Amino acid sequence: MHWIDGIVQGVLLGGLYAQYALGMALMFGVMKIVNVTHGDLVVLLALIGISLANVAGLGPWAVLATLVPIGAALGWLLQRALLNRVVGNDPLPSLIATFGLSIALQNAMLVIWSADTRSLSGGGIQQASISLGPIFVGVLPLIVLICATLLTGGLDLTMRRTRFGRSLRAASADVEAAAMVGVNPRNVYAAATAIAVGILGFAATFQAMRSTVAPADGPFQLIFAFEAVIIGGLGSIWGAFAGAMILGISQAIGFRISPGFGILAGHLVFLAVLAIRPQGIFQRRA
Amino acid sequence: MTPLLSTHGLIAGYGDMRALHGIDLTVNSGETVALIGANGAGKSTLLRAIMGLLPVAPEMIRLDGQPVGGRAPHRMVREGLAIVPEGRRLFTGMSVEENLRVASEHAAKPVAEPWTLERVFALFPILREKARTPVENLSGGQQQMVSIGRGLLAQPRILLCDEISLGLAPKVVREIYAALPEITANGTALVLVEQDVGLAQRASHRLYCLLEGRVTLHGTSGEISRDAISAAYFGASHALD
Repeated sequence: MHWIDGIVQGVLLGGLYAQYALGMALMFGVMKIVNVTHGDLVVLLALIGISLANVAGLGPWAVLATLVPIGAALGWLLQRALLNRVVGNDPLPSLIATFGLSIALQNAMLVIWSADTRSLSGGGIQQASISLGPIFVGVLPLIVLICATLLTGGLDLTMRRTRFGRSLRAASADVEAAAMVGVNPRNVYAAATAIAVGILGFAATFQAMRSTVAPADGPFQLIFAFEAVIIGGLGSIWGAFAGAMILGISQAIGFRISPGFGILAGHLVFLAVLAIRPQGIFQRRA
Repeated sequence: MTPLLSTHGLIAGYGDMRALHGIDLTVNSGETVALIGANGAGKSTLLRAIMGLLPVAPEMIRLDGQPVGGRAPHRMVREGLAIVPEGRRLFTGMSVEENLRVASEHAAKPVAEPWTLERVFALFPILREKARTPVENLSGGQQQMVSIGRGLLAQPRILLCDEISLGLAPKVVREIYAALPEITANGTALVLVEQDVGLAQRASHRLYCLLEGRVTLHGTSGEISRDAISAAYFGASHALD
């Protein structure tokens, strides 16, 4: 029972990691950009959300409903102002640009919010749980998992069934050829990053509710997103979801073995996947 | 009469290397114009420059007399240009139908009778059977048909075709060339880059021969002699031998 409980808690934790990983998988899949600011954007959105809750008295769901469009606008701006200038066949310029931006963002957040840790009040939902037989499941993690599943399914359907999704996939396969049939790559890229950072609005709200955030937390969140995406296979949407689950379960089981071993267990599984199957578990070809 | 498309002293290249040294070319509505020339003569570069894939000055390319040079490719599509690129450049991981739909969903406003998926399937019936097949699983000829179909669904007034016969079996080449009159029937102009000089001459109204980035010959395809073509193709010194 101990272990089944570990797996259930791991799946729930994976729901949060999936919300981190989706946007990263999307940006890598379409533009071959590894966005180093990914974790910092989660923290930035979370801090904006906490301030909104404090200043304007917004409840957690109103914060969520505000952070998603703010995230989308930030993503659109990030792509238009910076990433469209550095995107290309060479992954290095975008890596350097987002690395630099990551440091600047962390320091800017430190100036605005100071180094204090903060969290978002959920109005009691953090403590609520329901029992599934002998296992207790937190209501908040369950909501997170359901949101993650819906977001993943929705993004996958968008990619496969809509005009926008087709233009994204076309640009991802051959951006010059996509431009030759009338797709404006800059618009497609800006929309992709807007979606990626918009999804982080969910991640930011839930992260701030279940735990605390501080301006320097970004790199940790980045690592979890990155590991989930690598485990699942770079650029695959459901792969990122599955990778997040594997990471969450590894950490939860690691915690059961020894409280200090949890995070390390996740890293070890990530390294094992890199060594044995570097293209990721769900990627068909290398 | 203002030609549909014209280039004026078109200069283009890649970085420091200049590949075109002042090309003057005109294309009229409904006309098929062939571009011939040896490898490296600048034929593909010319098509890429017209399509907006290489930087050029605005005045160097005119559509309906209006300067359009240097606009981004997706804006050239809006103006009524489309290209069947060298090497086909299909969207891998997507089905035949999805490849075609990306084009039809971003097309220019059609001038005459619009191209539809249905019309493309009628032109190349094999594509209807393969509609749900990922493009990477098609034969070379079928891929070329998808690439042409994709170009047509952009609703072009001018379709630029870069070596559509390259690497295909003679039977498939005949099949593809047999479809061309259907394309020009409602006024779409064709610019064909073609390695096979005889084929280029038969399929076109006029032809231009390029040598080292310059036009060395142009005229009505049916009236140009083989000797004139080989002189223009290889350069005057070779023709004297």
